[in-house]
Amino acid sequence: MKAFTTVKGLVCPLDRANVDTDAIIPKQFLKSIKRSGFGPNLFDEWRYLDHGEPGMDNSVRPVNPDFVLNFPRYAGAQVLLARENFGCGSSREHAPWALEDYGFRAVIAPSFADIFFNNCYKNGLLPIVLPADVVDQLFRETEANEGYALTIDLAAQTVTTPSGASFGFDITAHRKHCLLNGLDEIGLTLQHADAIRAYEAKRRAEQPWLYR
Amino acid sequence: MTAQTLYDKLWSSHVVHEEADGTVLLYIDRHLIHEVTSPQAFEGLKLAGRQPWRNSSIVATADHNTPTDHWDEGIKDPISRQQVETLDANIKHFGALAYFPFKDRNQGIVHVVGPEQGATLPGMTVVCGDSHTSTHGAFAALAHGIGTSEVEHVLATQTLVAKKSKSMLVRVDGQLQPGVTAKDIALAIIGKIGTAGGTGYAIEFGGSAIRALSMEGRMTLCNMAIEAGARSGLVAVDQITLDYVKGRPFAPSAEQWEAAVAYWKTLVSDEGAQFDAVVELKAEDIAPQVTWGTSPEMVTDVNGRVPNPAEQADPVKREGYQRALNYMGLAAGTPIQQIGIDKVFIGSCTNSRIEDLREAAAVIKGRKKADSVKLVLVVPGSGNVKAQAEAEGLDKVFTDAGFEWREPGCSMCLAMNADRLEPGERCASTSNRNFEGRQGQGGRTHLVSPAMAAAAAIAGHFVDVRTF
Ligand code: SF4
Repeated sequence: MKAFTTVKGLVCPLDRANVDTDAIIPKQFLKSIKRSGFGPNLFDEWRYLDHGEPGMDNSVRPVNPDFVLNFPRYAGAQVLLARENFGCGSSREHAPWALEDYGFRAVIAPSFADIFFNNCYKNGLLPIVLPADVVDQLFRETEANEGYALTIDLAAQTVTTPSGASFGFDITAHRKHCLLNGLDEIGLTLQHADAIRAYEAKRRAEQPWLYR
Repeated sequence: MTAQTLYDKLWSSHVVHEEADGTVLLYIDRHLIHEVTSPQAFEGLKLAGRQPWRNSSIVATADHNTPTDHWDEGIKDPISRQQVETLDANIKHFGALAYFPFKDRNQGIVHVVGPEQGATLPGMTVVCGDSHTSTHGAFAALAHGIGTSEVEHVLATQTLVAKKSKSMLVRVDGQLQPGVTAKDIALAIIGKIGTAGGTGYAIEFGGSAIRALSMEGRMTLCNMAIEAGARSGLVAVDQITLDYVKGRPFAPSAEQWEAAVAYWKTLVSDEGAQFDAVVELKAEDIAPQVTWGTSPEMVTDVNGRVPNPAEQADPVKREGYQRALNYMGLAAGTPIQQIGIDKVFIGSCTNSRIEDLREAAAVIKGRKKADSVKLVLVVPGSGNVKAQAEAEGLDKVFTDAGFEWREPGCSMCLAMNADRLEPGERCASTSNRNFEGRQGQGGRTHLVSPAMAAAAAIAGHFVDVRTF
């Protein structure tokens, strides 16, 4: 996993609530058996005017000029600014894969759906919860200032605006450690292999019907 | 000892290791797998040279991509076929307790197959790379959806890195009106608390109306917990649970049955257990529900009207309502019963079990679908449901009414196979998500119960099934 330390990135504002994972990456792209290559189809139904299918040459498809990701001023954005309950719906990890593959390193919203939130951390994508009024302010500033960029410092747990205003955010110690160091979580867990085996042996004795 | 919730009991009995910040390693008893969210996980396992920790925890099936007709012709879409064949190969290579591949007589939607096989048992932790894993909580199993990285993590370690959720009790007391079902309870709850109302919580459903539900109804309810934002839903064990589980292929054998039952009977919230939130509904107040927008919380009862966005005070909500009406092609103030439909879908892990099909069939008996309705798809949840329905003659009831009777699978719930809506088509659907494009790009979905969907198919528009 890619480590996350500090990111200074252009912000793209996606001003709608309850953005679901079907919208982030539509189902037809879930047929892939790979983990990469989803970026060109991020928000496919909003981003293009035609119907997308896997295997199409996305560079020649008609883009929707009214969709914010297509505004020239947001090209190369690394921080997605969103509204509440971002990432609701299906558990598809293709959603964070698509965001990450597109180039986003962080998503800022007042709230996230649980499964999506969790999936982000496994892919070096940092989901940041900030209070709704702060998110409102960031939306206003982003829209008012071309080239608006935020600095995200994971070690310090802060988001800093160009004018120097700084907002703290929460993250569990475990997740922070894994992200900062780009750690393989499976490897970490397997350090507890003995504890897992001991638990299993006890349960097998108590509830043998679980181990047939 | 302090009184514990059912969730507390399930959680604490599966903690293998706990860190200072409360992050735990949670042991996983049952790992359900389907073709869409597993290939990258198996690939990761291979690349790291790892083996599944306990392949006898795995139960797998192919459901999302499989066609619902012309099974003799196989899977025509080459990319879908590759995904299903990849699952075949991975299970062959890594092993599993059971695999129900495409065309197997036990194949079906993973959340229908697990319980039906007795592979979901009370007291288990159950995970699957699928958000509707919450369904299995109907058995007092701690069940929730996970992402593909977590699928790989569970394969490799039999555990999940997790943090405990808060607990919410949703209590529904009283008696449902005839024609009102578990689906209507679920939609009414979501209408009340919103699609993020349960975020961060595990929801336990309790109260006399829940106790009166069959296992099928409880599964429908827990299935929709995720649409309220909760990763897991729970219903305590009672005699209805035990009667359902007994004798299923992977249920405890005769000599272990008594011990299992003795334990399972403890899987209830203790008297006086504290919940972080409590929501109450009266069963009598719940009318048949119909969604009008692009989120399950955009719902009203069948006698209601499409709301007016201008009446929403919150600007984000107002805009969301307006966008939904534009997408749905609906005018504010339209009575729900005047909304005409083009297609009907009866199926999905929410409503494709035998009881759902019986409810739908009971409504249509002897009647025919409206001419204005182009297609009515009835897709049983599994090969077993299909066989049972055919033994009861339900297939005949459906086909006599002009409905199509199909092979099991996810079908038009998410339209990954050939079953889908065309742009602008409007559908009465028993599935769980009415998101933009969910049933096909530009398609318009209204979520309803099986009885309401069947009645709409006959009438050509929504009708109140209580007086139909
Ligand atoms: S029926 Fe629909 S919601 Fe259920 S598992 Fe299949 S695609 Fe997902």
